[in-house]
Order: sequence, then structure tokens, then C-alpha cells
Amino acid sequence: MSPKKALVYPYIPNSNPVAREEMLKATGAKSVDDFYADIPDSIRLKRKMNLPEPLLAEAALVRHVEGLLSKNKSSREVVSFLGAGCAQHHVPAVCDEINSRSEFLTAYAGEPYEDHGRFQALFEYESMMGEMLNMDVVNVPVYDGFQAMGTALRMAGRITGRTVALVPATIMPDKLLKVHDYVKPDLQVGLVPFDPSTGLMDLKALRKQINAQTAAVFIENPSYLGFLETQAEEIGRIAHQNGAIFVVGVDPISLGVINPPVEYGGDIVCGDIQPLGIHMNFGGGHAGFIASRDEEKFVMEFPSRLFGVATTCVEGEYGFGDVAYERTSFAVREEGKEWVGTAAALWGITAGVYMALMGPQGMVEIGQGIMQRVRYTVKKLNQVSGVKTHFANTPHFKEFVVNFDKTGKTVQQINQLLHEKGIFGGNDLSADFPSLGQSALYCVTEVHTQADIDTLVNAIQEAVK
Amino acid sequence: MDTIRHAIELGAVPEALQRATSSLLPLSPVRDSLEVITYPLEMGETSVRGAGFMPRVIGKIRSGATTAEDTQRAARELCALEVDLLLFAGGDGTARDVCSAVPAQFPCLGIPAGVKIHSGVYATNPRHAGELAGMYIQGKARLREAEVLDLDEDAYRNGRVGTCLYGTLHVPYRPLLLQNQKAPSPASEARQAEAIAADVVEGMQSGVAYILGPGTTTRAIAKELHVDKTLVGVDVVRDGKLIAKDVTEKQLLDLTERGPAGIIVTPIGGQGFLFGRGNQQIGPEVIRRVGRGNIIVVSTADKLRALRLQPLMVDTGDVEVDAVLAGYFSVVTGYKERMVYKVIS
Amino acid sequence: MTHATPQKLGVLKPVSPKPALRRFHQASWDEPVIFELSSAGQRGVLPPEPEAAVVDAAGDVFDNLPAGLKRKTAPALPEMSQIHVLRHYMRMSQENLGVDLNIDIGQGTWGMKYSPKVNDQLARSHKLSELHPLQPVSTVQGILEVMYRLEEMLKEISGMDRVTLQPGAGSAAIYANVAMIRAHHESRGEGEKRTEVITSSFSHPSNAAAAKVAGYKIITLPPDADGYPDFEALKAAVCERTAALLITNPEDTGIFNPRITEFVDLVHKAGGLCSYDQANANGLLGITRAREAGFDVCHFNLHKTFSTPHGCGGPAAGACGVTKEMAPFLPTPTVEFAGNSYYLDFNRPHSIGKIRPWYGVTGNMLKAYAWIMSLGADGLREVAETAVLNNNYLLNKVLEIRGVSAPYATGKRRIEQVRYSWEQLANDTGVHSEEIGFRAADFGTHYWTSHHPFVVPEPMTLEPTESYSKEDLDEYVTILKHIAEEAYTNPEIVRTAPHNSTVHKIDQESFDDPDAWAVTWRAYRRKLLKNK
Repeated sequence: MSPKKALVYPYIPNSNPVAREEMLKATGAKSVDDFYADIPDSIRLKRKMNLPEPLLAEAALVRHVEGLLSKNKSSREVVSFLGAGCAQHHVPAVCDEINSRSEFLTAYAGEPYEDHGRFQALFEYESMMGEMLNMDVVNVPVYDGFQAMGTALRMAGRITGRTVALVPATIMPDKLLKVHDYVKPDLQVGLVPFDPSTGLMDLKALRKQINAQTAAVFIENPSYLGFLETQAEEIGRIAHQNGAIFVVGVDPISLGVINPPVEYGGDIVCGDIQPLGIHMNFGGGHAGFIASRDEEKFVMEFPSRLFGVATTCVEGEYGFGDVAYERTSFAVREEGKEWVGTAAALWGITAGVYMALMGPQGMVEIGQGIMQRVRYTVKKLNQVSGVKTHFANTPHFKEFVVNFDKTGKTVQQINQLLHEKGIFGGNDLSADFPSLGQSALYCVTEVHTQADIDTLVNAIQEAVK
Repeated sequence: MDTIRHAIELGAVPEALQRATSSLLPLSPVRDSLEVITYPLEMGETSVRGAGFMPRVIGKIRSGATTAEDTQRAARELCALEVDLLLFAGGDGTARDVCSAVPAQFPCLGIPAGVKIHSGVYATNPRHAGELAGMYIQGKARLREAEVLDLDEDAYRNGRVGTCLYGTLHVPYRPLLLQNQKAPSPASEARQAEAIAADVVEGMQSGVAYILGPGTTTRAIAKELHVDKTLVGVDVVRDGKLIAKDVTEKQLLDLTERGPAGIIVTPIGGQGFLFGRGNQQIGPEVIRRVGRGNIIVVSTADKLRALRLQPLMVDTGDVEVDAVLAGYFSVVTGYKERMVYKVIS
Repeated sequence: MTHATPQKLGVLKPVSPKPALRRFHQASWDEPVIFELSSAGQRGVLPPEPEAAVVDAAGDVFDNLPAGLKRKTAPALPEMSQIHVLRHYMRMSQENLGVDLNIDIGQGTWGMKYSPKVNDQLARSHKLSELHPLQPVSTVQGILEVMYRLEEMLKEISGMDRVTLQPGAGSAAIYANVAMIRAHHESRGEGEKRTEVITSSFSHPSNAAAAKVAGYKIITLPPDADGYPDFEALKAAVCERTAALLITNPEDTGIFNPRITEFVDLVHKAGGLCSYDQANANGLLGITRAREAGFDVCHFNLHKTFSTPHGCGGPAAGACGVTKEMAPFLPTPTVEFAGNSYYLDFNRPHSIGKIRPWYGVTGNMLKAYAWIMSLGADGLREVAETAVLNNNYLLNKVLEIRGVSAPYATGKRRIEQVRYSWEQLANDTGVHSEEIGFRAADFGTHYWTSHHPFVVPEPMTLEPTESYSKEDLDEYVTILKHIAEEAYTNPEIVRTAPHNSTVHKIDQESFDDPDAWAVTWRAYRRKLLKNK
């Protein structure tokens, strides 16, 4: 046993020696060692752990941690055009206020009888997402958009009893990696090539690849490379003609202006809610959603929680709880149906706050404003000698691919020069998509002013000279 | 609320009177919306009146000298009147009488009042029986199939005690009050049986005759193969086809001489006998010929939990075979799920 | 009742002593569903408008959009002014019981402990929250250093050689461990052969679930008569098909398996690997580690053991620790230190790939780092010892209550939690454990039964961690005792509970009825209000 210092830890009330003695006495134990009697000596750690000396005073801790954080440069200190599935959007103060409330922040897994507010807030999140998506069923968030896609595909696999998912070759490689691993026991993932001039899915290839083993056809709208898949309706038709489920990934912040997938045949819709009021957090601010029509065959395949509204024994009172808790109708071979664990509920509540603040008008304005800025940026960049944007005739939402082949410079070189001017250039695609040449994925959102964009364009102009 | 017709009948067990009365107490608040139909005197009427209900009484009995036949007749008549739920009080014998008199789909519920109760058709105590009945008539409880077990008479005649399966009844059960927040929901027992069946059928080999013991879990395997199995008998399937139904030990002995065979058994609820109760057709010589390695034990996890995870038992009448069977079996509890479970003799 | 008037002062009795049982009542705002608060034309926040030059240059941005892709009507979100959004959510926030409000020892197995406010505050810095994951590595040295240092500390706490912080929660960490185990066997050409994973009845069910998702057959070991996982059953289970043993220790019963090294050795001899679910590590910090027991991989839940807040069910965070033999399979990227700067290593050919986007839940990493830094080695041991002391103190007190027991290992001490049983009380009174839980809410606290399905009948799982004082534990026991007495004397009050919560008994039936369930307000309107 380590020698006891007469130290009382603020986070440990019973580290107070007085309380400790009294409690030990009540248990009849001589020392806390008695409680560890089942732990054999051979596996005891017989020395003190070798950890840094503690910063016992809060002030010292703050100084230390802030010192570490000060080595970072945040997007607020520069102009950033990084996206690739994690985007800088404005986070309204009320979003942070609500998710910092200790009543939400420190609650966990109580029943509706203790945590009514949590259930209602998450039901309202589902409901507002439902309005954005025009769909009646939306889950309590899963970990992230990668997970949402993996699960959506597995759901399709269970519903159809088939074994292949077809996915566009423009998908983010990291996402493909994760999804591939996750669906491996049930599904193979087949890549459908894209048309090099438009970025759109090669429908001829799709028609060739699809067959009676195809469980799902998946597209993203907007795609990872930023363009909108304008053939979505046709792709859905091809999927359905072949008995496959049409799964569509969307960026929810586009839904004020872009039609939700259900309107063009989407059966299961999934994506990431990070754009809806959640800070980027170095990539730690993600949460995934999955939505479907209100049909039993879909509902029963959701592995995640679905909160529903009901009446109570008091007239006029709402109660909330888990819908279809015993999801038992389908696919006996996958009884566990993935797992339900702690995922990302607080981000769901936050996204709910965001949607309520924005309202219908806000979602339309933000979507349109982003598309205007993107068009403006694309136009300006195409005026720079040697710079062109890929897939220029395909509509885009908030991201687009900028090609530097004709400048004789690599993306890496250009980004280095931009960085020196306080700009984070777009994500370098040259390794992941060699067919696109020296290209970078740029992201423009409502946070960018005309001045930011002009600064970028000027800086690129100088960089490519 | 619509008038709900509700039937009560009691087995000929004295303690049943008080227990049946106390089971009805939770129903008192909705007394006026219930129509209770019952048999005379100690076969229901006394208890029903004791709980403050005014029953409609049918049938005739010789008070003080009622028999199993009376129970069966009462059950049949009440069933013919299309009551919504048949409540009966007693033990395993009563359950067997009811089971033999009414169709398996008919909603029934046992009020525990007998000396021995192994059957799954009884509520855990009389009060719960009344509560469950109340929930059922309000549409708040669902029905599930439950096993009727009783003393294995064949074994008993040979001086060995144990239960075997006599049939099933449909009884209401209490759904979860709490929806566990952190784990996937548990599958229903019927669903578990389907998962087990999917696993077992996938592993079946061509040319092997599989001897299917009695029980609802083994019946689910037959269902997966689209063959019609007897519930309490032993049947044989090969290459997905039923090749013998309700077989005797002699037939099994012949069968095991003709080609490779396997045995698929499920423990019988109550004491958890694997061999020697209710499936004596699968005698020691049959087991010896098939070999331990070709025995597939299946059980829903619920059933094992109901046994409090106590060891399963074998009592084939052959000490050597029992000794071979003792040890651990990898029990199929779901699709790609096993529990390594102890078996003792 | 009338108000006290001056002439009545003489009969007023001062409060002395304060009653032992709290007369709690939860906030109950009877708040409408947010759509009912909508008022046409209201705005909650205004997005920045693009400048005129941008608008002019862009022209009609929808001109090349096919008709099917253009949304025709705006999403029917509520229209609310800012304060009305805020007020609605503030009211809902009050209708919860978080750690900061209650003696949260009734959500056993989940390590409900105090999450220091200072750590939350630090994690809200824009120097973390506004970092993009693809920023130049020179601009994220601070957060990479935090990750690296946290990994180093978790290496020492587990004894393992490498740590990844990528998994988004405990279950995802278990899945990552299973995926690494699969990769290990595949790398030796044994992927096809090793198809079975062994776990135990009282290990956390996510072990079985994650392994099943990964395609394994699950073999469960039941407890022996004393509640320990049955070693003889393990002997019968282990074979050349064994891929791994996934086990919790102590299990959710709070019972530590003293033969754990024998379990590990047996599996190793058969060529299987061993994964230690350390969800229940809170009582073991500095006492015993995965390394000493011989495990190949292990995982921690940063939101349990290392204090990060649970956030109504996430974001959480998990950390996997592995031996150096398993390190090549770790998820990509890893955080490395090159002598004077930190970097992310993506060049890892044997890696299982990604468990989630980017690098993990960074906010929680920072909070866990700050928590460990505020305690040090002595402090962590104090955490463990106090959690265990609290648990055993509570055990003694709870067992004095009529109708409750602690099945298995009778008379033995437990580590950091106990799974109790109210079976006796249920038999005596007909009151179920779940109903006791509803009633506990009337006194302002949580109470949890157990994972389904119940192995211990009428279960209750209490885990008092290190964050609660003796007085807190006494108060909790007073509540349980009071409810148990009610169950024996006035069961109706327990059965009809809760009485003092935000809501009353919820009609559960519609949740299972496809014609009536409503996961969204639009479904509710369509099905139950017939589109009103």
C-alpha cells in the first residue's frame, strides 16, 4: 500500500481521513486492502504508477493545459477552406449554451421518469430532422456519419437478404475503409466508377454491376467531391428495378434548398450532423443520423434507439419512450443487430437547437448563401491562369475540386504558400484521387466573406506565378 | 369498456380456494366491466364470490369428490363459451388437464396453488396472476406459448422422479416495464428458438439421420425444415425430410444400425433433464451408438436462466452412458451463439 | 393552509432536525412539443448574407439544378425567436437528473462520477473546438501533444505498449479490439480457422455484440456457484477455433475473478488472444493492470473511469491498449513524436483502418488528460481505493434492508459495484425491482436494474464511485429502505410511482404498435392527430 498523505482531494469527498476511518470501521475491514482480497499477489502492481506529478491546484492545471492549447492555431485565427466531411460553420451561441448546461451534459441513461427532458429534446431532434428529410423515422444519433452509412448498408442487407452494396468511386477513402470493415461479415462493397468530366456516377457501369445480389445502391448528395449527383432519380430507379434499396447520404445543411432524397426515391437516408451547430473539434464533433419511411420492415432493422411520443395517465401530458424496443421481426441470423451503446446524444440535442434557431427561412438562406459563395469562388478561381475547377458544369453545394496541373505546382507547394499568408488551402486529393491530378478539395460556407474569398484568390494568384 | 368474459375454474386442490381469491383481488377495480363464468363451489364459485364478484355458474359437480375429469370438462365447456381468458388454479396436474381439454392457442393462465409446479403456464404468485389477467384484458399483455410439464409417469414407474413435456398453452406475459437503455433488447423466447433453428439447420449434414427430441425448441428446428413435428414425441429427419414420426426406442435402435445419426435434444424445464425424462425413447443404447460428439443440445437462454444456470441432468438408466454424458456441452442458444454448460448425472 | 401571521408566531416550530428523507419534486414545465411553440415569421438566428457582389456574380445558383433536386418548400421547422428557443431547452434541461444534481450511484456499471467543471471549460476553448482535422500539423501541436501524453499515461495505467484513442465509445473500443484480433489471426493465415469468441455471462453484453458484428460465433461461460466465470467451462470451450476471450474483471457483479491468469494462459496455449474489458476499472487504478494479467488488448471508457461527462448518452470516448505484438494493427493514424514535434502516422500497412472519422473524440481526450493530471499516481490510487471503500460500505448498509440480497460470493467483499437482487421482496410483496426504480425517482435519484436479460432476478446495480460522500451514501440507503418498507406496508404507492417526477405513468402500448408509434412529430400528426 502506498503511504497515505494527508491530502484531501476536492473531487474525492471520502479522501478525507476522518470519513475514511469511520467508513472502514462500519465495514469491519482493517484496511482497503481487505476489499482486494480476491486479487492475487502475482498480478498486483507493486510500485507506484509512473505518471507526471499532479497539478493539484486548479489554477496550475489551467495554466498547464492552456499552455498546451496555445500551441494550436484555430480556424478563427486564419481563413480556412478545409472541408472533406468536417466543415467550419457558424455555431450559434445558444447551441453552446444548451450543450454546456450541466443538466444535459452530465445526464446519462435514466428512464423517461427521471430524464423526461432528455427524451423530449431527442424526440424533437428526430422530429426536426424528419422535417428536413421529409421522413417519419429518424434515429437518436449514432457515433458519426461513417457509422451511419455502415449501419444503413447493413440494414439494407438484412432487409433484402442480399450481399453486395454498390458505392460511388468518388466516396471519401477513409469512409470507405471504415464502412468496408464494418459491413464485411454481411456485405461486399463494390465501387461504381464516375464520369471523369462530370464526376457523376457512370450509369452504364452501374447497370452492368447491379444484379440480384445487390442489397443497396448508395450515393451521396452532395458527393464527397462537392458536386450534386444530378442523376439521383435515375439511379434510384435502377436500384428499385433490381430489387435493391436506395441509400442516400446527405449533408443536412443543404436541405433548405436541395430536395431531400425521399423525393427522388431514397429509401434509407444517412449522414453526419456536425454542420448543424457542432464545432469541428479537430474532427471530434461528429454524430450520425439514419432515417427511413415509417414502414415496419425498415423500423425493425434500426439498431439504434428511436424515441417516440405517447400519452400518459394524465390528460394533456406527453410522455416519451423507446419505439419498437423489441425489434425482433427480421433477420434471425443477426440477433444482436450491431450494438447500442453510448454514442453522441448531446450532439443530437445541439443539432435540434440549431434547427429550431434557424427555422425554415434560416435553412433556405444559409443553403442559398453557401451556393452563391461557392459559385462566386469558382468563377474567380477559374479566372486565375492555370487554375481550373473540376466538374465545372455539374452543380455544387459547398465543396469543389480545384486543379492546379497547369500551374506546374503541387497542391502541397501551394498550400504551403497559402499557409504562410494565414490561409488553410483545400485538402490535397492528389494521393487519394490520382486521376484528378494536382487537385485540392475546397470548402466554402456561410462563415466566408467576400473579402476572405478575394484574399484566397489573390493568394493563389501569387502562389501559382 | 366492453364486457369481458372471463372464466375461472379450479382444480381439485384445497389451497386453491384462498389462492384463487387473492389472485382476483387486483381485478376488483374493474369488477363491473367483467363477466366471470365459473364452475360451482370449490371449482371456482366460492373463490370468485370471496373476491366480491358475482359469477355466472355453469356445470355440475359432486362437491368434495371432484376429479381430473371434472377439470377437463369444465375447461372444455368454458372454452366452448369463448371466454376471453381461462384462469385455472392448481399445479402441474391441473395444467395437464386443461391442456388436454382446450386447443393450444386458447388463452389460459395458471394461478399457482399446487404442490408441484414446473409448468411455465403459471404466474409467479397468485397476485401476479390477477395482475397479468388484468393487463391482458386491457390489451397491455401479450400471449406467448408456455410449456405444460408434469411428472414423467414412465420414469416414475421405474422409481425415478422427473418432469416431462405434455403440451403447451398460450398464456399472457408481462412486457418489460423498463426499456433498458444501454443494451439491445432481448429477443422473445420464440425468436430465440428460431435463431437456434437457423443455426442447427445450417450445420446439418447430408445423409445423417437427426433424432429430434420433444420440446418447443426442437419443434422450431422442424419448422425451419418445413416438416411437421410431434411436440412431445421423438421424430427423425434426414436431408431435410421427416423420415419417422413419434418413434419408439426400438425404431431408433434399428435406425442407428442403418447409417450415421445425430441427436438433437433440449432440456426439459423444471429440473432440467436432458435425457431420461420425457424422451426415454432415446435410450442409453441409442445414445451410445450415436456417440456423445453427435449430440446437439439446444436451449433458449431464457430456459437456462430459468434453471438459475444450475447444471443439466441425465438419468438414462445406464450408469456408463450417464458418466459419458456428464461434463460440459456446448449448448446452442442462438444463431452462432453457444453456452458452455455443465451436465451431471 | 394559511400564512403565518404575527400572533401565530409562538406556535411555529423551527425546522429541527431536517427530515432525513428529502421531499423532492422534479421540475415539471409541462412543455409543449417544440412545433407547438412555432409562431409564423419569428427568427432565432440570422445567417450572414452574402455581399451584393457575390450575389451578382453567382447569378441564379439553381439554374443548372435538375427540377428533382431543387427543394420546393422550406422544411417545416418551427419558427421561434431566440429567447423562446433558449427557454424551451432550458426548461427541458431542468427535467433531467444528471450527476451534478443527484446522488448518481444508481446507474451501476457506467461509472457515474463527477466531471470537473474546469475540464469542460478548457475543452470549450476555440484552440480546440475550432481546429480542423486536416490543418497543417504545425498548427495542431498542442492537441497532438495532449493526445500523445494521454496515450503515454494510459500505457502506464494499463501496462500496455501502445494506446489508441480513436474509438468513439466503449463498445466501439471493444469492436476495435475484436477487429485487431481478427487482423492478427488473418496475418498468420488463421483467419478462416479461428471463428469463435468466448465471453462470460456477467461480462458487459457489448463484448458479445461487438464480436458478433465482426462475424464471430459467441461462446458464453456461465458463472459457477460462487459467481465466478466457470473455469471448467472454459476448458471445455477453448479449442483450435478460439479466436479470443473477451472478459470483464471484475464482472458486473463486482466480483473479481482471482483465476484470471489461468483463464488467459489457457486461451493463449490454444493460440487465442485475450481482450480485457476495463469498463469496470475504476476500483483497480494502480492496483492491478491488464499487463500483469497477461492480456493482449484492453480498453477503457474515458467517460466512465476518466471522468468525462456522459452527455445524455455521448459523445463518449474509448481507448484501446495493446501489446507491441498487436501494435501494427492499431487504427490509423497513430500519434507519434519525432523528438521535437508531433505528427500523425498514416503509413501503417497492417492497420485495421478507421474506427471513426479522423482521430477520435478530442474534447473528451482533453478532459481525461486534465483529470489524470489533476490527480497523479497517488490520486488515481485514491480514486480506486475510495470507490471500493464506498462500494463495500454501501453493500453493508444495503444488506440491512428487508427483502434485498447480493447473490453469489456470499460474505465476500466486492470491488466497485454490486448487482443486488430484490427477489425476496418481490416474492413477499409483488413489487418488482423496476417499480422500486420508478419510486426512487420520487426522491430525486436514479436507480438501474441490470442489462437485459436478467440473470440475477429482480436486479439492482449500484456503483458508488469515488465522487460520493458518506452522507450521500447514507441518504441513498435511506431512500431504498423507505421504499422497501413502503413495498411491505403500502405497495400501491410504489406501484403507482412516480408521483413527484416530471411525468406520470406513460402509456407504453403505442410504442410497439406500428399503427400508433410516432418517432417524429410529423408521424404523430399523421397517425394520431390525422394531420391536424
